[in-house]
Amino acid sequence: MTKNVDIEHMAKLARLKLTPDEKERLSDQMGTILEYIEKLNELNTDEVEPTAHVLGLNNVFREDEPIEKPLADHNPISDSPAHKKGHYEVPQIL
Amino acid sequence: MHRTTITQAQELLKQKKLSSLQLTEAVFARIDQVEEKVQAFAHLTREKALEQAKRADEQIAAGEKAPLLGIPIALKDLICTKGSRTTCSSKILDQFVAPYNATVVERLKQAGAVIVGKTNMDEFAMGSSNENACHHPTMNPWALDRVPGGSSGGSSAAVSAHECVAALGSDTGGSIRQPASFCGVTGLKPTYGRVSRFGLVAFASSLDQIGPLTKTVADAATLMNVIGGKDPRDSTSADVALPDFTQALQKDVKGMKLGIPKEYFTGGINPAVEKAVQEGIRTLESLGMQTVEVSLPHLDYAVATYYIIACAEASTNLSRYDGVKYGYRSEKSDNLVNMYENTREEGFGEEVKRRILLGTFVLSSGYYDAYYLKGQKVRTLIKQDFENALKQCDVIASPVTPYPAFKLGEKLNDPLQMYLADIYTISANLAGIPAMSIPCGFAKGLPVGLQLMGKHFDEASLITVGHKFQQTTDFHTKEAPL
Repeated sequence: MTKNVDIEHMAKLARLKLTPDEKERLSDQMGTILEYIEKLNELNTDEVEPTAHVLGLNNVFREDEPIEKPLADHNPISDSPAHKKGHYEVPQIL
Repeated sequence: MHRTTITQAQELLKQKKLSSLQLTEAVFARIDQVEEKVQAFAHLTREKALEQAKRADEQIAAGEKAPLLGIPIALKDLICTKGSRTTCSSKILDQFVAPYNATVVERLKQAGAVIVGKTNMDEFAMGSSNENACHHPTMNPWALDRVPGGSSGGSSAAVSAHECVAALGSDTGGSIRQPASFCGVTGLKPTYGRVSRFGLVAFASSLDQIGPLTKTVADAATLMNVIGGKDPRDSTSADVALPDFTQALQKDVKGMKLGIPKEYFTGGINPAVEKAVQEGIRTLESLGMQTVEVSLPHLDYAVATYYIIACAEASTNLSRYDGVKYGYRSEKSDNLVNMYENTREEGFGEEVKRRILLGTFVLSSGYYDAYYLKGQKVRTLIKQDFENALKQCDVIASPVTPYPAFKLGEKLNDPLQMYLADIYTISANLAGIPAMSIPCGFAKGLPVGLQLMGKHFDEASLITVGHKFQQTTDFHTKEAPL
């Protein structure tokens, strides 16, 4: 049995517009992959702590001051595919 | 001349038998000769490289010394380079020029390296074949109808074909070691946190690590000395002293313990690959290493765990590509949300979309505990397996991949089968330990790698064992029939 995934909902959450062909193929493939992942349920992990970071590193704090100014000679807005008068330009929001 | 290693080039440059410009020109002549067949590069930086080489020659003439002075190196195209493109082999970043250098690039430049160009890869480092690249696929120099592996397939093919002296790649689930194995070169994934990821385009931040692809273990040691160490610009880079890895080349392996994980030699491994790996282990025994059987009981769960964690992190990391700040933007949108969706639909390839969707699913409301949290818990078990096994030995030896390089197109339509082939490499990323692939033989003329895995921050032991192996074998000196 292949697991069923609400591919349209996932695509919406991920801001991906899929073609009908992609929807079908990706939905099938994801079902197969998720079914394989179910394998983890063979393991009882009730008493196991999750690992988010292998070295157990937590927050790393520093003074809120720039270490250096690597972008001092660069205006990041100029990297935008569309910008006008020093601002990002995007299509209608509302 | 283009066949030189870093160690040989250093000597020739020092003795003034060779100039950096001659070496760099020889590398580009080789590129002109074979690149059409191999297609290892996403783009070249020839003019800049020749300038850098001239400058290196002036520095050498002035008596300056630096570990990579005048040596041509290639970079995987997800390592940011100021002033030249960093595309990640993705349409969404195809014209992207980073405003800064990655820390590893800064360190290479300080060490005097000449940057040849940026190597092809699977889009956003997602893949094991280099077929998921927006530019073109890369071919295996050993058999042009076969894949070089991935995702650092361009770097491994470029080193194997002598289109650079050495290269950097990145490894999230085997992306340095698997292509190193397929192309017959040396590939080292350092301990998580050993090398700064600042300026590395993020795929899965708790797994990603930059490392060297080289012709010898000795060259890997030289590169590790340059790129390793704490970086204030990467908060996850570890504050652990960086040893001189070239010292590890002098050590003997006699009395060192080599762990053989029994689970890695069962099931679907190709007999010729297993034979080469077993012979490699016997060679290490003959050098005085003592083998002990160890157990890594959760091996079978590594692929499932990896694809939960890697995809979850990827879906988050790749949310930044929205067509606003940099990169590609779709032209055919009438409102903002539409623009995001069209940009991402047109800009990402299918493997990337598959992983974003999978990651979105495992993090989504109602599924988070069942998938993502479960994956993080099994990750703990896998990490503990290695901690236990590495109490009984210094280094673990295993295959890198279940089979040698496969044909282009062979596995493209079955993503799960492609993922399952990562079984031997993925665990080292989940556990955060260092791991290396070194050439140990051939399966019907295709290179086979031996994987060495060690304790956190003990790359030195891998270098000691790998170097000793290469001093007694000649697999790493064999030439691809180009």
